[in-house]
Amino acid sequence: MLSFKINSKAVTFDGDENTPLLWVIRDELNMTGTKFGCGVGQCGACTVHVNGDARRSCITPVNAVDGETITTIEGLAPSEEMLHPVQQAWLEHDVPQCGFCQAGQIMATVDFLKRHPNPSDKDIDDNMSNICRCGTYVRIRKAIHRAAELVAAEEQS
Amino acid sequence: MSAVADKLMFNRRQFLIAGSGVAGSLILGLPLVASGSEDSDRMIGFFVQIDPDGRVIIGSNQPEIGQGVRTALPMLVAEELDVEWSNVSFREMPLGIVKTADGYTWKYGGQGVGGSTGLTSNFDYMRQVGATARGQLIKAAANRLGVPEAQCSTKPGVVICSALGTEIPYGELVAEASQLPLPEESPALKATDDYRIVGSQRKTIDARDIVTGKTKYGIDTVRPDMRYAVIARAPVLNATVKSFDDSEARKIAGVLDVFTIDGPEPGAPYVILASGVAVVATSTWIAMKGRDALRIEWNESPNASDSSERFWSENEEMLKGEGQVVLDDGDFSAAIEAADKVVTHQYRVPFVSHAPLEPQNCYAHVEEDRCHIIAPTQMPSGASRAAASVTGLPREDIQVDFTRVGGGFGRRLTNDYVAEAAMISMHTGWPIKLQWSREDDVQNDFYRPGGLHEMQAGLDDSGKVTAWTQRLASGSKYYRRPDMPDERLFGAELYVDDFPRRIVENVRMEYFHNAIGLPRGSWRAPAHTANAFVIQSFIDEIAHETGQDPLQLRLDLLGEGRELEYGGHGGPTFNPGRLTRLTKFVAEQIDYGKELPPGRGIGLATHFTFGGYAAHAIEVSVEDGVLTIERIVAAIDCGLAVHPNAVEAQLQGGTIDGISTALGLEITVKDGQVQQSNFHDYPLARIAAFPSLFESHILPYDDKPTGVGEMGIPSAAPALTNAIFAATGIRIRSLPIGDQLERTT
Repeated sequence: MLSFKINSKAVTFDGDENTPLLWVIRDELNMTGTKFGCGVGQCGACTVHVNGDARRSCITPVNAVDGETITTIEGLAPSEEMLHPVQQAWLEHDVPQCGFCQAGQIMATVDFLKRHPNPSDKDIDDNMSNICRCGTYVRIRKAIHRAAELVAAEEQS
Repeated sequence: MSAVADKLMFNRRQFLIAGSGVAGSLILGLPLVASGSEDSDRMIGFFVQIDPDGRVIIGSNQPEIGQGVRTALPMLVAEELDVEWSNVSFREMPLGIVKTADGYTWKYGGQGVGGSTGLTSNFDYMRQVGATARGQLIKAAANRLGVPEAQCSTKPGVVICSALGTEIPYGELVAEASQLPLPEESPALKATDDYRIVGSQRKTIDARDIVTGKTKYGIDTVRPDMRYAVIARAPVLNATVKSFDDSEARKIAGVLDVFTIDGPEPGAPYVILASGVAVVATSTWIAMKGRDALRIEWNESPNASDSSERFWSENEEMLKGEGQVVLDDGDFSAAIEAADKVVTHQYRVPFVSHAPLEPQNCYAHVEEDRCHIIAPTQMPSGASRAAASVTGLPREDIQVDFTRVGGGFGRRLTNDYVAEAAMISMHTGWPIKLQWSREDDVQNDFYRPGGLHEMQAGLDDSGKVTAWTQRLASGSKYYRRPDMPDERLFGAELYVDDFPRRIVENVRMEYFHNAIGLPRGSWRAPAHTANAFVIQSFIDEIAHETGQDPLQLRLDLLGEGRELEYGGHGGPTFNPGRLTRLTKFVAEQIDYGKELPPGRGIGLATHFTFGGYAAHAIEVSVEDGVLTIERIVAAIDCGLAVHPNAVEAQLQGGTIDGISTALGLEITVKDGQVQQSNFHDYPLARIAAFPSLFESHILPYDDKPTGVGEMGIPSAAPALTNAIFAATGIRIRSLPIGDQLERTT
């Protein structure tokens, strides 16, 4: 029996311990915000945070997160009314087209901004590898820069 | 493909009916009336609901695939209804199929998105819905106040009678308005200058749900007692199951059932793509593990020796002969004979896959007398047809719900995965969700056809193009279509009315069909992506080889504004002057002609796609074989931009799609098997490929919208490869670009 925390809630899993975290989240916990895109860690649609660090959940076996703390897109915002600054920046630039990859893009960006609080375009190019099939990259780039401002402002206040 | 294909036949009297719905709301919708019959049973098809508190809910009847239709169509209703956009929300509507004495009819009009028609085919209709609702509210207010309707008007959400100095919010009028008979006359619509919402910057209506993970895509469907299914499909094109051993699979706890899925006959029209073995389990992962544990023997396929290598060499051989002449304006042969200079080149455009990021999936629950489908689809009516063909149930007993779709690109015009899901549910009796893996998706697609194009142009001694031919050997998209004669296969690949027809005097087009076994289908802007690359590359080559400037040659050919006859999709006319304006504009923006350091270059391209116009100017640098895109200027003329925010997004996305595909995407076949399987070998471009200098411009024209979903793609790739030539002297005549620059420098 494995146990971990997901979005502040304690959960357990007693199935095959090699099951990818993605499928435990989606099929067992019925939390569908985290997406399946490739199953091999290429596209990043399945990105979640494990102890605050971005992780591609489709190639993370659930036994690797035993006792750990997971955050998914559903648990990112501090409250119903208040969004995370990255989500806010995504809305300001109206990033999504089909929207399918955006949960993963947002989760990846939150982690990226922790490491690069004032990112250059090159930092973005070197670190952001999530795929957007619709080609929202122009707005993602702008939204990342905007999110960096919002995060900085939040930390100052 | 048109959203209006299944359009309900209606006249004005049958157009709208009003009624009071839940909690005394005013509801307006389309009545159910069998075409040609006034007395059939009527039902209300929900479209717009005004609640007593003034909130407005607008039904979204078209699939949202990222093109923004879920926002744009309500904008049209809200404009004429005259309400504050902030009070508007939307509700997803199912497929509105109803059987009448005269056959099937559609409660919500035609429902389907393809060919960039989602907005244009609903433009008048949605505005009339809004205007009619507003008229009813005015009538209700006039009745209450005892004044003529002419003394009443509206401001957002409120009827005003200035003579009495009275204002009544819509919410207080809905009960009365819902009881009033509808007018016989069509309501007057606003003049373009009076638009307040149409043409304004609006955000995606459900973006907050997307960024918080609440939006439900097809893949997110969870229903009571639902099981999970996957299929092991034949790895070789058109192979069939000989036998399978599921003993290991059935040992896995949670595997519930394993059985054969019968595929189509080779070469015959298909409902599903491949034969295979289905595994049903208690979770997606267990089903996948069960599939991995299967041992399947496949029968030899007639396509077992199909290969890309053979396909391309056959194309080359074909072009040495004479093909089907599908266009012959003027006297091409005489004009080429008489030409002062002749330019000839071949271009190769590969097969590519759609690869929408949400892999195919479908929920199906087939019962004895009914069926429920939930699917991410561009064509809900096609989903209904697919489920009907599998189950034999009447279509009115098949409920089709459709979700926000994780990418369309033409892949989900075809509902093969719906048919598969219905087969599995019918076999087991369970509600199931079928899940494709990425590998399933890349290897089982209706690919954009690959083809080899031979271009030849003749010029007179002044440098004017007097003769033009395009000869194409390709696998037609129409392959395996029911009732498709061979002589019509060209129609999906050569659009005979495209530029330069009616501009160059002597034009000939020839087609050769190469029947490789790869399935083919509509890939965003279908043949325009291939033809724009070929034509816009070739114009550049003509310019360079005859000492002309590529920009000037384009402008000379396109000329001033004039309407040319255009019989293809996007007609009835094509105005090359609109391309002239765009081409000049992007050239000016990027400062075409400026002094550039060695290894830098600017490329231009422009194309008319399904009624809309676009142009690209791209600046690149190439150093040691490494390509960097320095700057992109994209411009679109879509007539009236109804939802400019989405127009810009589609222009950006189309440009990126075109470039991503040109950079590195190709599907190849060896021994009858697709060689690519996932994003490691089908590498969609990532953010690093695209510069921060990326400008998108909308050039307004007239007061009628065109579609926007496909217009941003075709000219992107040739602008890029023309820029590469300008930077390096290396001409890319074969896509994708891949490592050609590294190999050449």
